Amino acid sequence: MKVLVTVKRVIDYNVKVRVKSDHSDVDLGNVKMALNPFCEIAVEEAVRLKEAGSAAEVVVVSVGRKACQEQVRTALALGADRGIHIETEASPESLNVAKLLAKVVEHEQPDLIITGKQAIDSDNNQTGQMLAALLNLPQGTFASELKLTDGTVNVTREVDGGLQTVALKLPAIVTTDLRLNEPRYASLPNIMKAKRKPLEVKTPADLGVETKTHTKLVKVTPPAERQGGITVSSVDELVEKLKYDAKVI
Amino acid sequence: MRESMEFDVVIVGAGPAGLSTACRLMQQANDAGQELSVCVVEKGSEVGAHILSGAVVEPRALNELFPDWKEMGAPLKTEVTEDRIYLLKDDQKSSKIPNFLVPKTMHNHGNYIASVGNLCRWLAEQAEQLGVEVFPGFPASYIIYGDDGQVAGIGTGDMGLDEEGNQKDTYMPGMDLLAKYTVFTEGCRGHLGKELIAKYQLNAGKDAQHYGIGIKELWDIDPAKHEPGLVLHGTGWPLSFKESEGGASGGFFLYHAEDNQVVVGLITDLNYDNPHLSPFDEFQRMKHHPLIADTLTGGKRVSYGARAITKGGYNALPKMSMPGALLLGCDAGTLNFSKIKGTHTAMKSGMVAAETLFEVLKISNEGGQNLTAYGDNFKDSWVYEELYTSRNFGPALHKYGTVIGSALNYIDQNIVSLPFTIHDNYPDYNQLKSANAYSPIDYQKPDGVLSFDKPSSVFLSNTNHEESQPCHLQLSDYSIPLGKNLIMFDEPAQRYCPAGVYEVIEGEKGSKQFQINSQNCLHCKTCDIKDPTQNITWVTPEGGGGPNYPNM
Amino acid sequence: MAILIIAEHDNSTLKGATLNAVAAACQIDADLDLLVAGAECQAVAEQASKVMGVSKVLLADHSAYEHQLAENLCELVVELSRNYSHVIAPATSNGKNVLPRVAALLDVAQISDITSVESEDTFQRPIYAGNAIATVQSQDPIKVLTVRGAAFDAAVAEGGAAEIVAIATVCNDELSSFVGEEVAVSDRPELTAAKVVISGGRGMGNGENFSLLEKVADKLGAAVGASRAAVDAGFVPNDMQVGQTGKIVAPELYIAVGISGAIQHLAGMKDSKVIVAINKDEEAPIFQVADYGLVADLFEAVPELEAKL
Ligand SMILES: Cc1cc2nc3c(=O)[nH]c(=O)nc-3n(C[C@H](O)[C@H](O)[C@H](O)COP(=O)(O)OP(=O)(O)OC[C@H]3O[C@@H](n4cnc5c(N)ncnc54)[C@H](O)[C@@H]3O)c2cc1C
Ligand code: SF4
Repeated sequence: MKVLVTVKRVIDYNVKVRVKSDHSDVDLGNVKMALNPFCEIAVEEAVRLKEAGSAAEVVVVSVGRKACQEQVRTALALGADRGIHIETEASPESLNVAKLLAKVVEHEQPDLIITGKQAIDSDNNQTGQMLAALLNLPQGTFASELKLTDGTVNVTREVDGGLQTVALKLPAIVTTDLRLNEPRYASLPNIMKAKRKPLEVKTPADLGVETKTHTKLVKVTPPAERQGGITVSSVDELVEKLKYDAKVI
Repeated sequence: MRESMEFDVVIVGAGPAGLSTACRLMQQANDAGQELSVCVVEKGSEVGAHILSGAVVEPRALNELFPDWKEMGAPLKTEVTEDRIYLLKDDQKSSKIPNFLVPKTMHNHGNYIASVGNLCRWLAEQAEQLGVEVFPGFPASYIIYGDDGQVAGIGTGDMGLDEEGNQKDTYMPGMDLLAKYTVFTEGCRGHLGKELIAKYQLNAGKDAQHYGIGIKELWDIDPAKHEPGLVLHGTGWPLSFKESEGGASGGFFLYHAEDNQVVVGLITDLNYDNPHLSPFDEFQRMKHHPLIADTLTGGKRVSYGARAITKGGYNALPKMSMPGALLLGCDAGTLNFSKIKGTHTAMKSGMVAAETLFEVLKISNEGGQNLTAYGDNFKDSWVYEELYTSRNFGPALHKYGTVIGSALNYIDQNIVSLPFTIHDNYPDYNQLKSANAYSPIDYQKPDGVLSFDKPSSVFLSNTNHEESQPCHLQLSDYSIPLGKNLIMFDEPAQRYCPAGVYEVIEGEKGSKQFQINSQNCLHCKTCDIKDPTQNITWVTPEGGGGPNYPNM
Repeated sequence: MAILIIAEHDNSTLKGATLNAVAAACQIDADLDLLVAGAECQAVAEQASKVMGVSKVLLADHSAYEHQLAENLCELVVELSRNYSHVIAPATSNGKNVLPRVAALLDVAQISDITSVESEDTFQRPIYAGNAIATVQSQDPIKVLTVRGAAFDAAVAEGGAAEIVAIATVCNDELSSFVGEEVAVSDRPELTAAKVVISGGRGMGNGENFSLLEKVADKLGAAVGASRAAVDAGFVPNDMQVGQTGKIVAPELYIAVGISGAIQHLAGMKDSKVIVAINKDEEAPIFQVADYGLVADLFEAVPELEAKL
């Protein structure tokens, strides 16, 4: 079985983002970038499938600028076998990413595709679902457990208020949630080995995909600062306010 | 079982010194067509993440290392256009020192305002292109010694241990990186460097090393006030230099960098004797001085960080070679304090090391020799010359106070060289007087506009450490913080730590507890330097932990 | 212009998130059609028809839609969408699951998690975990949006009388099938899902004193959280931590007890709708973000609060 994993280069989750003073976007100059945490979980799950003997090959693919080869290498250091980088401008829209990935899937013919449920920069939560739609494949989003049986994968999904399990016919697309696994650390020898693993670079033109602009980013602003409210003098007054003014109890 | 890998040279720390060593080594190997395996380990999550500097950078070493660095895109973009030096007389008044009285070491013509972190990011790219393996996120946590007592490499830290040191699910053992030669370039107060200095008595016959703590912020300012290339330095208020208020010295800097940003910082010498002093609060109140406030008002703070600085200079510079290893850059103490610049000297110390190493590796495959030739090569270089001529600077300030000390320095550096060397042999940690000797300093509450509290400052350093891991701030004796330091010095760690890591908290019924919030640590090393009983040892936390400084 | 809204329900009741989505849609001048797709969900359609602002309820009642499987639901919605200018779903796990699929098949972008409607094609949405707000303009003929419930006051659930139209289309491609579900049963809601959160800080003094908060939590159906200081002091386990390195919560009501309000904690709760702070130090930064501040000794105020609820 072949597993395809998608990975995205995003700002490191420890780094506080700052909106540029001209409100054109957030400032990413010289900030630490990293593998999107949900993608890291996706890589880990694929590698575990390989270690368990269920998967024979794990291919990682990333769409974006040249710099995202660094994240492909990280995924290779975590245990993926081979990388594909589709070189585009900085952060293409989810639908365009899905179209590019769909071509890769058509070409690679994986049995299982694992993506992160969302990227922590755009917080879109779309690419996996869109990819499934374009390929007309079943989807198991927000997965907290995967079980492979003959020709199907059972995915336990984190849904509002509990868990739901669905059975998907392979090939299928799974998007990862936080509790699916705890990713390993890349070891030094594996980081060195990863430098020698194959990494293929393609362009949208190579894949025959014409990307389109669907949205325009008008501006990016910092969130409104919270203003202090009023001081109450007693518990009675507090309860009163919560009941009748704020109506939250 | 720990796995191991072998290299010709292992370099600890991807700062200016380590990366210059790596680049120069590989340049020579590539020129000679010789295979050489060089790796650099770095504790920060990426190269540059733990680098905090001013900085006005003198390009002398870079010119030698990459003569066409400009075309290659090195991030030295803002040339210094003007130097101004001030004496802050009190919280309102200041006077500009006339140019002719300024020591020539403080002239910055031809230098660049730059982020040393970004310079290191760039140097790391060059190193990788030359064939160096750079491993960020991997701290060297201990030294491996060979059978003959030589340094034989380092071990990287284990990952995935819990508070008690038990293995978690994600446990991954560290690795032994064995090397013919190991180069230690951990920067100021490297924790392995400290071990080497003690083990090989590298500082025998030298003066005690001295340190300062630099606290720095990056600000976006009103474009109308921005004068790219302008460099301000000064001393005086708020650090008291009257004997009655305790002897704290130091100086501030304010540089106008690119993109409407300025950096502002205060270096407080760590030989201060008033335990109530808080370098963090001194810095915060300093920003209210009109000279600085005028520039910052209307701006927004972008980043915060702190780092100790090694300032003992020539008199305290230890021997830099030992069997199988070299100790370079600020890890040894090559900073020129009369210029407050250590980047170019650190780089040069690394380049000389690379040349010395390559000479040896060219002819002998055996490692582990004592590279005493380094001492001579270093002596022949311009770094030595620079450090020697400014050897009296720090001690004069320490001994005679900022004013007379500056005067002596002025004479020494501009008119005639003093025919003698001033020594200052009291280590910083045993300078504190008892808490009763001074009354507590009344620092104003931060206003949230120019001055801030510690938590919101630490927030901007992007520091983080994996929640569950052994504490990387080790106490030799758990009873000292409350049993001794609290009583005698009102536990100064509460104040000298720029990240609020150490707290004495009052429990119920007045009971006290000493708490270490190690997650906040900025890796500045001040606690390791200043704790009055040397009870705190900073060791490397899990790889990747610590600040994530952009552009610092 | 007309808007199609996908209703959130469990085949017997219409879920509140639908009302927030309707409220967001009401800010666009258009007819609102509410799609109720499910199995034996007539009751839901009836509730939906009463929601103020809804012009028509489309009822697709078939076992294929019982578990809101994305594959089947998507086909149905795409089929219907062609006649609409906007397709909207609440940003619930169902909405997030199905709507991007719809958008891709319509060859349009989705704008996720909108928190404000600026005009019929321009919306605001949080990015970088709420640390920045993007204003995004759609250039597509059909705008596909998910709506963050907390950002819009719910539409009025009673008083309307929309027509219910049955949809006969059945999409059942059998790519996926439902296996089972587990509804989280816990006496106290999970921190990140709770409507009310009460958190304690170092001011609690010790772990036992957290029982004071638990009593209030029991009365309010609240989850109990803690600041990092309380976790570091060993009062409570780490999984209770709210903040930058802990859980990020945005309940309707957040009560901070004995918490100073360091920025690291605020990062985890500043999006709460109403914040109450109880602290004896009137200088504590938490008061700068609290809607209601009570300067008091928590050991008196909290039991009193419990008694008066
Ligand atoms: C506030 C301040 C202002 C300054 N201003 C100037 C200025 O204007 N001009 C100037 O030229 N210089 C200035 N300096 C000095 C300059 O920053 C230093 O001299 C220079 O950075 C020293 O380089 P280095 O390579 O020796 O050490 P560092 O730059 O400190 O680099 C050491 C590296 O090693 C890593 N490391 C440490 N220990 C380990 C370990 N055990 N394992 C793995 N990695 C490790 C660290 O994370 C770091 O990346 C200033 C310093 C400070 C603090
Ligand atoms: S704990 Fe020590 S090294 Fe860490 S920030 Fe505080 S003083 Fe610096």
